Parts: sequence; structure tokens; C-alpha cells
Amino acid sequence: MCASAKYNTRGPALIPRMKTKHRIYYITLFSIVLLGLIATGMFQFWPHSIESSSDWTVEKRSVHDVPVVKLPPDSPIPERGDLSCRMHTCFDVYRCGFNPKNKIKVYIYSLKKYVDEYGMLVSNTISREYNELLTAISDSDFYTDDVNRACLFVPSIDVLNQNTLRIKETAQALAQLSRWDRGTNHLLFNMLPGGPPDYNTALDVPRDRALLAGGGFSTWTYRQGYDVSIPVYSPLSAEVELPERGPGPRRYFILSSQMALHPEYRSDLEALQVENRESVLILDKCTNLSEGVPSVRKRCHKNQVFDYPQVLQEATFCIVLRGARLGQAVLSDVLQAGCVPIVVADSYVLPFSEVLDWKRASVVIPEEKMPEMYSILQSIPQRQIEEMQRQARWFWEAYFRSMKAIALATLQIINDRIYPYAAMSYEEWNDPPSVKWSSVSNPLFLPLIPPQSQGFTAIVLTYDRVESLFRVITEVSKVPSLSKLLVVWNNQNKNPPEDSLWPKIRVPLKVVKTTENKLSNRFFPYDEIETEAVLAIDDDIIMLTSDELQFGYEVWREFPDRLVGYPGRLHLWDHEMNKWKYESEWTNEVSMVLTGAAFYHKYFNYLYTYKMPGDIKNWVDAHMNCEDIAMNFLVANVTGKAVIKVWTFTLYIHFKVCQVGMRFRGCQALLQLARSAF
Amino acid sequence: MQTRKKYIFITFFASWLLLFFFGGDQIRRLAFLSRKKATVLKNWPRWTDRSLLKSFADPEELQSDGGHHKQSAKHSRCRMETCFDFSRCEKHGFKVFVYPMEREDPVSESYLKIITSIEESRYYTSNPEEACLFILNIDTLDRDHLSIQYVHNINDKIQGFPLWNDGRNHLIFNLYSGTWPNYTEDLGFDIGQAILAKASFYVENFRPGFDISIPLFSKEHPQKGGERGWLYQNSVPPKKKYMLAFKGKRYLTGIGSDTRNELLHNSTFCIIPRGRRLGSFRFLEALQAACIPVLLSNGWELPFSEVIDWSKSAIVGDERLLLQVTQCHAAYEMAPCSILAFQQQTQFLWEAYFSSVEKIVQTTLEIIKDRLFLRESRPKFLWNTLPGGLLALPEYSTHLGDFPFYHLQHGSSPSGKFTAFIRAVSPVVSLSQPILKLIQAVSRSQHCAQILVLWSCEKPPPPRGRWPQTAVPLTVIHGRRKVSDRFFPYSAIGTDAVLSLDEHTSLSTSEVDFAFVVWRSFPDRIVGFPMRSHFWDSSQSQWGYTSKWTNEFSMVLTAAAFHHRYYHSLFTNYLPASLRSLIDQLSNCEDILMNFLVSAVTKLPPIKVTQKKQHQEAAPQQRQDCLNRFAAWFGYMPLVHSQLRLDPVLFKDQVSVLRKKYRHLEKP
Repeated sequence: MCASAKYNTRGPALIPRMKTKHRIYYITLFSIVLLGLIATGMFQFWPHSIESSSDWTVEKRSVHDVPVVKLPPDSPIPERGDLSCRMHTCFDVYRCGFNPKNKIKVYIYSLKKYVDEYGMLVSNTISREYNELLTAISDSDFYTDDVNRACLFVPSIDVLNQNTLRIKETAQALAQLSRWDRGTNHLLFNMLPGGPPDYNTALDVPRDRALLAGGGFSTWTYRQGYDVSIPVYSPLSAEVELPERGPGPRRYFILSSQMALHPEYRSDLEALQVENRESVLILDKCTNLSEGVPSVRKRCHKNQVFDYPQVLQEATFCIVLRGARLGQAVLSDVLQAGCVPIVVADSYVLPFSEVLDWKRASVVIPEEKMPEMYSILQSIPQRQIEEMQRQARWFWEAYFRSMKAIALATLQIINDRIYPYAAMSYEEWNDPPSVKWSSVSNPLFLPLIPPQSQGFTAIVLTYDRVESLFRVITEVSKVPSLSKLLVVWNNQNKNPPEDSLWPKIRVPLKVVKTTENKLSNRFFPYDEIETEAVLAIDDDIIMLTSDELQFGYEVWREFPDRLVGYPGRLHLWDHEMNKWKYESEWTNEVSMVLTGAAFYHKYFNYLYTYKMPGDIKNWVDAHMNCEDIAMNFLVANVTGKAVIKVWTFTLYIHFKVCQVGMRFRGCQALLQLARSAF
Repeated sequence: MQTRKKYIFITFFASWLLLFFFGGDQIRRLAFLSRKKATVLKNWPRWTDRSLLKSFADPEELQSDGGHHKQSAKHSRCRMETCFDFSRCEKHGFKVFVYPMEREDPVSESYLKIITSIEESRYYTSNPEEACLFILNIDTLDRDHLSIQYVHNINDKIQGFPLWNDGRNHLIFNLYSGTWPNYTEDLGFDIGQAILAKASFYVENFRPGFDISIPLFSKEHPQKGGERGWLYQNSVPPKKKYMLAFKGKRYLTGIGSDTRNELLHNSTFCIIPRGRRLGSFRFLEALQAACIPVLLSNGWELPFSEVIDWSKSAIVGDERLLLQVTQCHAAYEMAPCSILAFQQQTQFLWEAYFSSVEKIVQTTLEIIKDRLFLRESRPKFLWNTLPGGLLALPEYSTHLGDFPFYHLQHGSSPSGKFTAFIRAVSPVVSLSQPILKLIQAVSRSQHCAQILVLWSCEKPPPPRGRWPQTAVPLTVIHGRRKVSDRFFPYSAIGTDAVLSLDEHTSLSTSEVDFAFVVWRSFPDRIVGFPMRSHFWDSSQSQWGYTSKWTNEFSMVLTAAAFHHRYYHSLFTNYLPASLRSLIDQLSNCEDILMNFLVSAVTKLPPIKVTQKKQHQEAAPQQRQDCLNRFAAWFGYMPLVHSQLRLDPVLFKDQVSVLRKKYRHLEKP
């Protein structure tokens, strides 16, 4: 392009000297320009057409247009599911390998239509729910389109409902998948397993080593740690919006909404109703509905008609009885209504039971004990019922709500097995957001009283007040439990005094020179700190006696997860002011101790430096102020515990109010910042 | 001609330039796009007719799911609902019967410890009629048929037991099974429908929800008490010499064995590979040493995996990835704070479930009990949080907020009122008796919800009118005139906090108010006034008891103390009847026992708050005996010393008394 452009710029200058014998030259020139034009024009439209055509085909493709695969009648059938499969025997971890994000990669086979030799469909191509599920996987972080990098394979053959497929042919279809390899690392989703007459509790399609995410597992078919138990999705939840109802007593104590129950169960339930009258409501299918009303949305008791699932919100407990299958879609409706499910299905493996603590959201009653249900439920205290109601709704919102929620929870469970060190914790799985906000998990939860012999490390942050610093060092060194003294020299313009000038003390004294004059240097977890206990002390605190400091350390040992300090910031006599003002600041409560003199665990230094939420650390460094308040906030936030103030001999210790008042005003902005960060 | 050519040429040129400028942009974008396109994922297609797709099941089909289908085929593998007779446990609750020992069949030391633990537990019964669970008197621990302790002909023996009933409701303990070369898990006899509590369980042989995997413990494992964990301090970053350590059996004895403890002490992670069997002794050792176990034992059903969440204390690795970076990488990647959390969790688990044979057996029994009484079973949270499942009784409540331990994690706080509980032993004759003053002082507290008087005197209580008029309800409960009544979980106690008082205690309203505020910060501990201390008397080599004024204390007497009402339940249900009858006989020491119990649960000292007057006390010798008897039952000394006393913020400060909230504390 460039070359021809150059040619052309010279062109006009050449024209006057042109002769007819140069005609050939002209023709070539024209043709070059013409070619260039055509080429450019092509470039301009060509990429467009590529892009739009590919987009166009994606957008306009229909499920009916997918390629058809004909299964020969003698194509191989996988072996039946192997009951002894476990992750370490049937799952190929090497495929997942090392991964910096600790996320498994999931590949989805492209959709195909399978027909037998006569051209008959093997199954429904794909159901709405399975399409939603695959879309969710494809939109998630787990997805990869590179079959070679995948760790888990999800066939696009829809086996959600066993009744809609032909078992042998579906198995053949599975076996001819390009990476089938006896089903290793393949994941099948199934919600309605089994069929008449014996209703197996796991998918009957022979699937060899494939993992099964199944609804309705029993403890006999569920391969613990290999299969994943999933809920039976209720399509009603997409249709009907049930706003969350606050926990509390509801109109009915027990409600049963299932239709077509086994007569034996129904008579048990009816006996329950006769005994307890108003508080128990047993619903059944409506027989006399007018035309056009969908029977699935109505339930009847005698002649009363109720809307389903809205009626579930009127009950505290809702019965989820087994039918022919163990897994019931009604469980999802019940949870959505914030009704506590009473699960009566012996040997049923509850959905996601590997990670969810169902005891917090449901009551499981053995089938035999059904007649005693009422008295069992009445023994549950109201506070706990309310919590179960909240928990039930939260389970629905997080793990039942949509096919997406079900798919992602399933993949996360498998992911947790493969990368156990990056697994989600019990709390992350089970605590509803309200608990996550209000609860604290203390990082120092083990009740340990650190050995006294360990002692503490005193850290003095200093800038240039050498004389006062030396007095502090001498005073602090008298404390018996002091094991090391660390001076943080925050003045970059001046070197610390020579070694010989420092006071001679009985414990090691280390001077750390900092590279920047920052307040947060005081809270840096220096390697020199070898003890758990840290005493932060200002370079002007000389009023504390060694007994007081020693006692402070003893107090800290009994409360190692708290800040243990003395009343406020302590000051030398201020000659200019010549006056102490303290009357208005004596309050009956303390919420903070200032770190001018305070004991705390070294762990909080680590937290302050590396884990301080938000912008607080930078704010403190920029304003050269309020570091102690930030520390108090941090400790209170992670431990949920108050500070301990150690009594001191007040005759000598004074609290300088006006300065503190100013400091607090100056810290208003920090408080704002902290409010958003914590 | 020339100019025409020239114009044509210029037009071409101009249009070409135009095209180049507009199209060039396109070209550049094309190049850019084609490169980016490689990284764009080929997602699952958005079908045009996706809204027309049919649902996987008809709503009708989902909601009325056929009739009922009974489990017709009898499954070969047991589950609780098929192999356990629940009806045996209904009448008498969870009772365990141990077949009486026979002289001719001596059992191994470890099995004896198991049997002793059961016989001392609160579930033991000597009447097989009452029993819900049965334990054999035949030592089944070692089923390695080359071992000396291998018992032969078990099949014949058990068939002769009239209670055997094909093993229904039986629990069989086993540590080793099978032998070289393949170590199959064959016990060498037919266990029938018995529950198997076995070490080194392989997942495939494990019947989930039925069998129990127990840890492998050595002959030297103590029967009760047990050593504490070795983590004495929480260092950040973990102050350990080695990152990862492994020592095999070879170094247990003989050359090199001395380095083993040193290694355990000094490493952050310990590799626990399978030994001859899946589980190894290394596991418990590492747990005790706060060395985070990196398990390389594929298919091992971890001990008590039904209730313990091992992901919080161990890294479950994969043998197949031994030589790959993953696991080591995981270890290195772990942030110091999660290492800290893991280490603390190992210590908690060790002390809660593994440190003695008694705890292992108790845990096994409690797991089975949780399965039988589903309503009264512990959520997983209780098992995995301090103080652990054995000390959190589900009979009391399964609601987290009802316990004193979980307020922080649960985001709740203890109730803002207390119940004063006064034990009266002498009749009320005059109006100046201390109990009447006490009732008045306590009832004036703003936090007092009610006063309960436990009438433990032979004379009947005075009529209603003789009691002082109080703003809060006063109820008289008639007890059995035993000291253990004081800690009975009366349903009348409606608040979390109980202020336990003696009839001659004298307290002011300020003191009560302040102590209650302190208790709200420490709901799991005893917060009170009179303090006592214990010490080790090396001359008599036993524990000593002192009421002298010393610089430290380890007990706060329940003559005037706040505690959580949960401890009433624990006292009555968790402690064995023998200890309670001991204090009833002595009519003394109930407060010491309560202090033992609370300290054993919290592992922390009680809290003393300011008090104006001090208490008198008699009979220290008797109390010293109590102290030693209790320590023997617990297997160790749970009491912990404290050196501090909590005072109100302005206490003794040089401020006007009018500013102080609890000013009466300082009045002379």
C-alpha cells in the first residue's frame, strides 16, 4: 500500500513528460490503482460480513437446526454406573491439574440431535431447564470452550427427566461422545430418576464412571463424595413471585400441599388433622375446578379452594413427603415460601447435603414417626423456628431459585473437592447474609493463656525526641516481663544516636530505621517481634510505673484477643498551657484505648498492615493522625470484643482533653471512611 | 487528452485515498479483531426458540408424583432405618449396655479403656432390657490374625449370646483388621447388622450414616483427661522451623526417634500418608502438635467425618498428586491467618474429641444418639465450634442463641435480664434476716427479671405476705433439700443469666448491676464476687484449697455469681450421678464442682468483679477432698488461675462520686 501511494504522489509530476509510448506504463498504473481500490473496498466490507454473518447465525440458530447424529444399533453401551466410584478411583485429577485460580474448567459438548437407525428421536433434544443450566455454566467462570483444557465435561444430552428418554439409546449416545473415555470426568444432571414400577433412586441410563448430579438419591445409590445431590427444580418458582415474609407464627402450624399421596400417608395426615383441627391443614387436588384454571395452581380442602404456592406462606411447617420418588419439587416451593420443610422420606439424601446443614433449615422425621409429628414439632422453641424459616428462604434464594443456582452450586461442590484448600467454608455455604454481616469470627478463637515466660516486645515510635525517648526506654526496661525493646526511628533526615549513647538495659534493644515517616510504621509486623504480645508506647509516656505495665501484660495474657490499654493518651506536663483540663471527659464507658500505651497481639499488626479494609491505612498515613483509632476499629471489628482499660494511679496521669477533642474532630473523616469500609 | 487523463488519474487517486482513510480504520480493526477473536469464548448458543422449549417435566407430573413405593428389595448394606431397631430406644432413651466381662477372656488394655469409658458415661445401663445399644465383651479391636490379641471363634461366641439378634443395635469397635499382604478390612467374623466403629475405614466399605470412622489410637492413649495440645501461643507468621515434615514409623523407636517430637513441634505442616492401613498414628500426633495434617491417604473415611468438618483443620491431598506441586503449593499459598486458624482448629478438635479414649468413645456414642433422636441432634456448627459437640447438649436446645458460646458467631447477644436464684436453708424468723435484705437489694436492680427462692428447709416457707414487697415476681420453688438442686435446670428460669445467691450473701444493687453488665461480655464464664484458689501441694502431692487472700484465684463461689442457665443443664445432665450424689452427701462443694465444670468447658478462669465485703468460709479440709475427687473424675485439673478483677471504669478514679455510675461500690 505504502509503495503504491508513493508512486502516485510522483505521478502528476510525470504526466507532462508522458508520451504515447508510455501508455503501457499508464495502463499498469491505472490497473494498480484500480486493484488497490477494489482491495480496499473488499477489506472494508469483507470483515463486516464475516462478523455479522457469524453473529447472525448464532442469533438465528434454532434448536431444530442442530446436526443430527444417527446411532447404529450396535454402537457400544457404557457399563452401568459403578457404585464403588469415588473421586480418587474414577475421577482423573490430572486433567484439572494445577490452576492458579483454583477453578475447574468445564467443557460443554455442542448440541446434537440423536436418532436411532429408523430415524426416531432418542430423547427430547433439550428442555428449557437444561438449556438454562448449560447457559449458566457457559456464562460462568468455570466454562472453557477448549476441550483439551477441560477438567469436567458436560454432555448436552438432556437426561433431567428419565421418563422422556430411551434408556439404551441415550446410553449409546453418551458413549459416542468424543471424550467419553468410560465416562471419566463427565457430569450428568438428572432430576427425575427411575420409572415405574420400581422407581430407582438414581438415573437408570448406564453411565459407567460418570458423575451424577441427581435429585432424589437414596443413601444406597448416592456415592458419597462423588455424586452430588441436587434439588428437583420447580418451574413454578420462575412463574410465581413469592415476596419474602418475615419470620414469625403463621396461620397454620402444619400444612400438607402434595397431591396424589399414598392413601396410607393420607390417612395418617388426616388423623393428624382430626386431632389438631385448625392448626393443621391437609390439602388435596381440586376436583370441581372450572375450565381453564390450571389445577397445578390450586389446592382444595373440602370445598375451600386455595392458591398454590401462595398458601404455603400461611404455614409454619410444610410437609414434604416422599412419593414414588424421594426427591420432590414441592421442597423447592416450600423453601421459597419460607416454610420450614418437614421431610418425611427415609434414606433420602437432601439436596447439596455435602455442604448444606439441613438441620438448621428443616426437620427430618422418619416415616414411622409420622403420627407423632405434631408433638415433635411443638417442642421446637419459637426462636429456633424463626431462624429455620429464615434459613429455609435463604437456601432457596441461594441454591434452589433457578437452574443457574443449581448448576453453579453443583460445580462449586465439585470444585471444592478438587481444590480443597480453596474450598468454600461451612459459614460461606450456610450463613444467610444477615448473619454474615452481624457475626464475627474471632481469628484468635482458641482459649489460650499465653505463657508468662514469653514476655512482650515494647515498640516505641519516635521522631527526634531523644531525651524523652531515653527516659521511656529506661522506665520500660524495668518491667520484668519485657523481652525486647524495639525503637522505630521514623526520622529519615537524622540518624539515630550512636550505640554508645543509648541507655544500657537488660533486654535486647533494636532500632529500626524506616524509609518513610509514616504513622503506620508503628503497627508493622517486624520480624524482630518474636513475642505474641506487643506493647505500643509513645516516646513521651514516662508516667506508667513498671508495676502498672507488668500488670497490664498480665491482663493482656488473660485477654490476648483484646486491646489492653491505659486511660487515654498520656502527656508530659505542658508548660505553655500550664493547666490540665479533664473534667468533661471522664465517662462511665470506654470503647477505645489509645495506643500511646497499649498491649495487643502481634497478629493485629499483621492485620493492620496487610488486611486493613478500605483506604483507612492510607488516610492515616496521609493525615499523620488517628492511627490509634484505626487500630481500635480494626480489633473491635474482627473480634467483636471490647477493649480492656487497666487502672492506673490517676494522681499522676492526666487526660488532656482539648487536644483529644481536636484529635477526634480531625478523625471525623476517618470515621466516615471506616463506616463504609467495615 | 493529457488533462483528461490527469483528471481521471486524480479522481482515481482521490477516491482511492478516501477509501484508504475510511477503510484503513476498518482494516486495522480487522487485524485487531482477528487477534482478539481467538480469546473470545465460543459460548453455549442462545437459541432463537429457547423460550419455546418445553419444560423437562410437566407441572402435573412434578406435583403428583405417583403413589408410594416401599423399599421392596432388602438392601444388603445396612442403614439405620433398615438395620437398627429404633423402638428399643424410645422408652428409656439412649442407654448402652455392656456385656458382662468374663474371666476366661481377658481383653486388651485399649478395649478395657473403651469399656470403662462406657460404664462411666451417663448412658450406661446394667439392665439389658432398658438398653438401646449393646457393646460386646469380646475384644474386637485387633483383628490381625497374626496378632497375639486376636480372639478366635468369635462367630461361635456371638451366636451363643441371646441378645445378639444378628447384631441388631450392637456397636463393634475395631482398630486393626486384616493383615499383610493386602490388609483387607475383613474382621474375621460376621458382624451381621451391627454398627462398626472402626479405624482406617475405606470409603467403599463404609456404610454412610451407619458406620463410624474412629481414629487410630495407641495403647498409651490415656483413658480420660488427656494431654492438652501443644500450641501454647498463636504466632504470626507461624514461628516454626520447618514448613513440611514427615516421619515414618521407623523413627518411632530406636535410632532417630528423639528427633520425631522435635520435628512435630517445629513444623507447620505434617504429611500423613497411608501406612499399612489407611489411617496412621501420625494423624493424632500431628493434630495434638498443631501441625496441620496434609493427608495423603486416598479413600480414607476421616475420623468422625459425619460430624467433623475436616476442611477447617487439615488439607486433604490426593496421593496421585504427591509429586505434583499442587499440595505443596497449597501449603505455601496459605495465608498466615488461615494457617493460624487451621492450627487453632487442630487444637480444638484434639481437645474436644481425641485427647482421651473416653472422648473418642463419647463422640462415637453421641453421633449414634444424634441419629436416633433427630429432633434433638446437633447441627454441624455445634460440632465444629468451641467448646465442641460433647459439651453442647442438644437436649437443652438446638438453637445457637440459647447457648452461651456462640453469640459472636451467631450475631446475637444474651438476654438483657437475669433471674436471681436464692437457695434458702434456714427458716425465716425475723425481718432483719439477711435473705430479706438480699431480696430487696437484688430486686431493685434494673436488670432483674424475677427472683426464685429454692426452699431447701424442713420448715415450710413463710406465707406470701411475709416476703418483702418487690417490683419483680418472686417465686418459691420446693427442692429436694439437696445441694445439687441448686443447679437443676428449672423451667422457671426464663433468662439466660442466673444470679446464684446464698441466703446469707449481702450485696448492694450497684454490685449486682455492675456484675451483670460484666457477665453480658463474658456469658460463658462465671462472673461473681467471692474468690477462692487452688494450688498444688507438693508436700502431700495433692491439690490444695485456699480461701486466703492471694494475688490470684481460680474459682468464684456461686454464693454470689452470675452464670448462664445452660450450665444448670450441663451440671445435671453431663456430670455423672456419682459426683452429684457425692456433693449431696457432703452438702458442700457444689460451687467447686460448678467451677470445675465451667472451666473445663471454657478452659478459662472465672471473672471476679468488685465487691465491698468478703465472705467467710468453713470446712476447708472437706473442700480440699472435693477438689481432689473432682480432679480425679475429670482426669486433669481444669481450673485456671486469674490475677485480675474487673472494676467499673471510674472506680477509685479521682473524680466526683456523682459522675460515677456505680458510686455505691465505693462508699465506705
